[in-house]
Amino acid sequence: MISELLIDPFQYDFMIRALIAAIFCGVTLSTLGTFTINRNMGFMADAMAHATLPIIAVGVFFGFSISELGAPAAIVVAIFLGFIVKNTKIGEDTSIGIIFSTFFALGFILIKLLNVTINLEDLLFGQILAVNRTDIFIITALFLIVIGIIIIFFKQLLFYSFDPLGAEVKGLNTNFLNYLFLITLSLAVVSALQTVGIILVLSMLIIPAASAKLITNTFIDSIKVSIAFGIISSVAGLVISYHLDLPTGPSMSLVASTVFLLSYISSKPKIKKR
Amino acid sequence: MTTKENIYESESLIVSDGCCVQYGEALAIDDVTFSITKGKKIAVVGPNGGGKSTLFKALAGLIPLSSGSLKIDGLDPLKAKGMISYIPQKDSLNWNFQLSVKQVVEMGLTDKSTLLSFNQKKNVEKINESLDQVGILDKSEENINNLSGGQQQRVLLAKALIQDSNILLLDEAFSAIDVGAQEDIMKIINGSDLKEKTILVATHDINNLEDKFDEVLCLNRHCCAFGDPLEVLTEEVIEEMYGSHENMFLDHKPGSHGS
Repeated sequence: MISELLIDPFQYDFMIRALIAAIFCGVTLSTLGTFTINRNMGFMADAMAHATLPIIAVGVFFGFSISELGAPAAIVVAIFLGFIVKNTKIGEDTSIGIIFSTFFALGFILIKLLNVTINLEDLLFGQILAVNRTDIFIITALFLIVIGIIIIFFKQLLFYSFDPLGAEVKGLNTNFLNYLFLITLSLAVVSALQTVGIILVLSMLIIPAASAKLITNTFIDSIKVSIAFGIISSVAGLVISYHLDLPTGPSMSLVASTVFLLSYISSKPKIKKR
Repeated sequence: MTTKENIYESESLIVSDGCCVQYGEALAIDDVTFSITKGKKIAVVGPNGGGKSTLFKALAGLIPLSSGSLKIDGLDPLKAKGMISYIPQKDSLNWNFQLSVKQVVEMGLTDKSTLLSFNQKKNVEKINESLDQVGILDKSEENINNLSGGQQQRVLLAKALIQDSNILLLDEAFSAIDVGAQEDIMKIINGSDLKEKTILVATHDINNLEDKFDEVLCLNRHCCAFGDPLEVLTEEVIEEMYGSHENMFLDHKPGSHGS
């Protein structure tokens, strides 16, 4: 009975493509999420997702697909946000908030002005069932790039994230590491636009990582558990949405939230020293 | 007392000659002159905002001088980075990360060529040696967030020691730790293992400095005094650093704390 519930949906090609996209996005986001929550960069990640809208609007106008535009848009947005935040005089959160809302508004205006054909609901909340072979290829490539960067630079990124001044004195190129992380985060975010959409990408980025942090004692363990939660939330959300005829992105988000709730209930209270 | 004339002695490891650092319009340190010979243990004292951290950051090559010169073994701080281990103030570290003690200490071995390295085996011996030096080898697997303030400071000291640098800069090493833990850290600093190291410690505790340090650098944006603690920590110097508190007690009665 349970095996039928799990296997049945995947007799269709579009569901297999959706499964591949769900797993790759789940792993990519939940891995980056562990760094993001510990560096308090959730708002930055959310802004990255929203700020891609005008680039997507112009790109679609010139005949590109959303997936094809993802990586270039991510790099432009990451560098722009990184530069503004570093040189801000009005505080990081405020700067991000201004860019976030301005770009999002600009995106909507451009969609209207250029008369671009974009299904806004799909863009905002994801439409994983519509992913095609090109999308899968791009999602897989982004998955490999993001995870590859994290594996190669893991120790440097961890050092820089924990002790930025110490890392600089030790000779690490902290400016490079800062932009490398921002670009990697931005790539992870855009890789999931088709899966969970601009609005819900934040949930798949931070909720599995936050759930994992609640029930683990070390950062390394939290990455492993976060990846597991990311995959469980994505795949379970996909299967549930198929059987109950619900939108997939929100289903994935709600499964992730349920996992968080269960983690919260089962976690032991931590003694906070500071 | 250090003067402009005698700072460039042959044994000087660190020479600050009229060093100034500016943040925008504000002068954080102004015309600071001193020289430190190899192996000395130096206390850097002064009020909050007196320029202790700024001086450390300038020594570590993190911020540029606006004028004057700062030399470490004859080199500019940016070129002397490999000679320095820097322990910043605790609040500049990101304690959200649930890191084990050995992970933090291993950061002392991480540099820009550390890529794709998950195999810690070759580092384990060095990490254990460093933890043993600071007396917390038994804590190597523990989460650093679960340690006491004094133990956390020892982990950071182990992270600095594993770098095997000649100069150690400890910014506010004693903040928020009890007297016993301070004594433990001073024992390590003054121990025979670190005899050759030149160590600068920024501290707010000006009691009994002569028992713990060879020299004291008194900073209040400018250099108020530098030298043997017994000689230079005079009432005038302390007043120059911290200002007189006399006026706080004028007309001091319940409900009125004076002017």
